[in-house]
Amino acid sequence: MYVAVKGGEAAIANAHSLLADRRRGDRSVPALRLDQIVEQLALGVDRVMSEGSLYDRELAALAIVQARGDMIEAIFLVRAYRTTLPRFGYSKPIDTGAMRVERRVSATYKDLPGGQLLGPTFDYTHRLLDPELAAGADVAEPLRRETEAQAMPRVSAILAHEGLIEPDGEMPQDHVPGDITREPLEFPMARDIRLQALSRGDEGFLLALGYSTQRGYARNHPFVGEIRIGEVELELDVPELPFAAPLGTVRVTECQMVNQFKGSAKAPPQFTRGYGLVFGQSERKAMAMALCDRALRASELGEDIVAAAQDEEFVISHSDNVQATGFVEHLKLPHYVDFQAELDLVRRMRAEYEAREDPAKIEEKREAAE
Amino acid sequence: MRGQEARDQAERKAAMATLAQSSGDDIVRLWNEAGLPSQVELLRGPETGLVTLRGRIGGDGAPFNVGEATVTRATVRLPSGQVGHCYALGRDKQKAKLAAIADALWQDPARRTEVETRLIAPLRSALTTAQEKRHAETAATKVDFFTMVRGED
Repeated sequence: MYVAVKGGEAAIANAHSLLADRRRGDRSVPALRLDQIVEQLALGVDRVMSEGSLYDRELAALAIVQARGDMIEAIFLVRAYRTTLPRFGYSKPIDTGAMRVERRVSATYKDLPGGQLLGPTFDYTHRLLDPELAAGADVAEPLRRETEAQAMPRVSAILAHEGLIEPDGEMPQDHVPGDITREPLEFPMARDIRLQALSRGDEGFLLALGYSTQRGYARNHPFVGEIRIGEVELELDVPELPFAAPLGTVRVTECQMVNQFKGSAKAPPQFTRGYGLVFGQSERKAMAMALCDRALRASELGEDIVAAAQDEEFVISHSDNVQATGFVEHLKLPHYVDFQAELDLVRRMRAEYEAREDPAKIEEKREAAE
Repeated sequence: MRGQEARDQAERKAAMATLAQSSGDDIVRLWNEAGLPSQVELLRGPETGLVTLRGRIGGDGAPFNVGEATVTRATVRLPSGQVGHCYALGRDKQKAKLAAIADALWQDPARRTEVETRLIAPLRSALTTAQEKRHAETAATKVDFFTMVRGED
């Protein structure tokens, strides 16, 4: 017999109003405004946009406040919001070569056309906590250098001249880019679908896997060919206009990882590549994505699959932190009936075990009880 | 005629791009200053939806889907008959409506100059100033390598 149990409605309602109170915190402290989060916690906003897979700064900022700064909860909120909106279409592919670059570095070429632009980076800072920031000191305007706009070809294009690097990833002519928001994941999957999953994947998970490849699990000798961050224009083909509708600009981070490759039965020795493209200024994520993309190309390149980072099903099935948190966190919801059933089962198994081990003792016990 | 048509389309697209990139506040301010009309027939929207953003593998290879972006669109018709459209990133419905009206007005030869000079030109100039500032700030972080000569020869 199964008896449905109801209850907890008042407790839930009160818990949510308590959450609202704790979220607001001490009322004598001014409430955060969304523009403060967008401007001053910009990289956190970018992470929520990239893993929430929705480019909208204000919504990401709202999600961060609503989640009390819990990033995965914020990402969950953004993902849920996405499902409420109709889809207008697929943009034309962005041209990262035409990016208005705000940072661009290469670890492979010192003197590349366009140069090394450090931009607003944490690199070369001393990682010392800054008491002046705590005191809210004024910040000086950044310096400017007036220069002509200079073309900034992607490093991959420079290496391609020598023929020592594989070309940009191509798919068959009639291939329609897969979309994991429309079709369930199937393995093995094409590289385009993998990249979509990686771009929204959890930064920590991809970082750990990328790190594992550097430490020798699926070693693939990476160099940062180039990282570039900046704004690109977005366009959408629509039937009502005779040209692609310009939508505005988005900021993205692109990472071209260049990997030494000693060759295999399928390909000659050359440099191979891993690619990362992520919403916002998300350099670590783009690098981790590129490392994982390259590792996951093992079977395409005829490499032995020996490590976790090369296992497509393992990596892609577990890279989504909304799915991961949903399944892990559901464990704390009531499982009373399941557990009762298991408890009953374990009691019976234990009784059988004890009967097997020492029937005489059980008999004694029973008699004593009587 | 072909050439003129292509030029017109390029100019119209450039105007739409300027509107899409500008902030709603700037558009509203210039709109009111110029006294542009806002009484129009709304044919669609303003409504917010999603556009899936595509990149290319390796930067220039096969396309793949990166993620979605919020986009707001509107379509309006002027009393004089022109139909204007707007698609712009974000969720600003007022901006989408005004930008669609601007697009419709732009198609009216009698109003094009007014829209270009009173609205598009100042928006474009503000965007250019902001881009140049950002470019110069980035340029100041360019690494100038120099070589240290070591040894006697």
